[in-house]
Amino acid sequence: MDLLTLLQLLDSAVRLATPLLLACIAGLYSERAGIFDIGLEGKMLAAAFLSAAVAYTTGNVWIGLLAGIGASLLLSAIHGIASITFRGNQLISGVAINFLAAGLTVVIAQSWFAQGGRTPQLAGAARFNPITLPFADALRDVPVIGPIYYELISGHTALVYVALVIVPLTWWILYATRFGLRLRAVGENPAAVDTAGVSVVGLRFAAVGICGVLCGIAGAYLATALQAGFTKDMSAGRGYIALAALIFAKWKPWPCLWATLLFGLLQALALRPDLIQRTLGFSVQTQLLDALPYILTVVILAGFVGKAIPPRAGGEPYVKER
Amino acid sequence: MDVMPKWADVVLIPLISLLLAAALSAVVILAIGENPWNALKIMVEGSLGSTYGWGYTLYYATNFIFTGLAVAIAFHARMFNIGGEGQAVLGGLGVALVCLYIPFPHWSLALVAASVGAAIFGAGWAIIPAYLQAKRGSHIVITTIMFNFIAAALLNYLLVGALKPAGSMEPATGKFLPGTHLPSFQEMFSTADTVLFRGAPANVSFFVAIAACVVIWALIWRTRLGYEIRAFGHSESAAKYAGISPTKIIVISMSISGALAGMMAINNVMGEAERLVLNAVEGAGFIGIAVALMGRSHPFGVFLAAILFGFLYQGGAELALWTSIPRELIVVIQALVILFTGALDNMVRMPLERFFLARRRAAKPKPKLTPAE
Repeated sequence: MDLLTLLQLLDSAVRLATPLLLACIAGLYSERAGIFDIGLEGKMLAAAFLSAAVAYTTGNVWIGLLAGIGASLLLSAIHGIASITFRGNQLISGVAINFLAAGLTVVIAQSWFAQGGRTPQLAGAARFNPITLPFADALRDVPVIGPIYYELISGHTALVYVALVIVPLTWWILYATRFGLRLRAVGENPAAVDTAGVSVVGLRFAAVGICGVLCGIAGAYLATALQAGFTKDMSAGRGYIALAALIFAKWKPWPCLWATLLFGLLQALALRPDLIQRTLGFSVQTQLLDALPYILTVVILAGFVGKAIPPRAGGEPYVKER
Repeated sequence: MDVMPKWADVVLIPLISLLLAAALSAVVILAIGENPWNALKIMVEGSLGSTYGWGYTLYYATNFIFTGLAVAIAFHARMFNIGGEGQAVLGGLGVALVCLYIPFPHWSLALVAASVGAAIFGAGWAIIPAYLQAKRGSHIVITTIMFNFIAAALLNYLLVGALKPAGSMEPATGKFLPGTHLPSFQEMFSTADTVLFRGAPANVSFFVAIAACVVIWALIWRTRLGYEIRAFGHSESAAKYAGISPTKIIVISMSISGALAGMMAINNVMGEAERLVLNAVEGAGFIGIAVALMGRSHPFGVFLAAILFGFLYQGGAELALWTSIPRELIVVIQALVILFTGALDNMVRMPLERFFLARRRAAKPKPKLTPAE
């Protein structure tokens, strides 16, 4: 494999990893605050639909992005009300949200655009277009560094860079701010947070809200950057892969980046079976590559390769007094 | 003491949740410019108005009884088996292996063998997450979700490879052997001059599903194992103290659950398609969650809820046929049922509890305080 092919593969891995990364960090906030969220998938899907629909209607992708975040936040609110206010089962609520999004997006898309549950193709300003970073063209001919800069680092859409900035930002919020300390505490021992006079409900709603915003960006990225428009079930299990990555990363921000990049690379490889054939000398079934993130997660979760310990109060509604 | 009478818990709450889900669905139908009343009429007409409609309704219901029972029995052990989908995929594989390679003299033998094959494969797919939960503490929900995807990839791999007949382009197995054909309702109930259930896929496995309801009921409430499962579900520490092994209960309840989900395949794979195709389960594993929640994890409740969802599925198909409402509306209704009966249960329950509490107080006046107090 020559350098250019490798760079192209990595480039495609970055593009495929971005929605996973955003959803993974979204899940990180929610689960670190003690709210399990298997509804990442549904929130991404809802955001993908509404962002594409609004971007098509207004012709402005940024308004589309906002609409997508709005859709995702709405589902987050349902999740919050069900699992925080009414102390319902967080897992069941997540399942419901996934189905709600899977059904509603197609029903609304059909009645809005009448194209069989899709939005029309987006073009021009209705999409996030690749950004060429400064000097990319000038440096292109410099050996090694030039192609790396031009092919791999430059030429992504704005949301890819947003996602990459969110990782250090999340690390900083989580480990260097008062809010982050409280957020982590509320996922481990909500009673202690309550005793300190900080609202458990407020913190958890904040976490679920942040999760909604990030899922919204992830969904918008799917429909307006990675692809040009919404198609039925376009999230295609990415919410669950993000969940897998979150466990793989043991609920920590930086490992989230590496885990999603790895899973993105697996997805990129699944798209290029010829590359594996040429490099390894034998062909690997694409189904194996598809299943690998899930198999890895099961192995990690089973504690065979380092133990993944979830936040202690995860999944349990907080009851103030008995 | 319970605040509410039992009938309110068993009947009233699911009914109110269902009405809420129906009302919101009606709003959705209104919002996309159709008439909800009209839609309901088409659904009832299409799914219950003819033996043909009933044939489809009961066919779907058979799937949902199996997956609903699967989720329900896991609920009794306080396990959330979200992997019914994957277990049903593997069940299909078990059925296919039995029906493709063993020549049976009679369908009844084939049915028994296929049921066993489906149950073993389904249970096998559930045992691994159960074991990992019991021994390694990995969360059963996450592992079973992962196993759904692994199952899909595995089936995909087999259907484009080993199981595909030579020369075929389609990712599916060949037709099952003729001895494995299950009698459909049409063959069972039609007389010489009146044909009933014409062309509908409902078949004899519906009765297997009913038998499964009875067996599971007896298992949960009439056997020692069932008692242990329920005890474990109510309090793990108390069960442990009573000498019940958590590992045993988790593994056994999950393998029964997986076996039931897998047995769905005798209906959809053996009874209807008569070959194994990709995506044969069509989300029935997930509908099992809604069915179990709606049916309050009781086999009879599961039976009724499965019929209801069978009606919704067949009705939804008719809606898509006659109106511009897409089939996905059913997914919305399903989501709302899961939301109201599962996650927002307290939202419905709390006001009702207050109502019953107030009524009881009104009926029984407070005892007069004695001067000493």
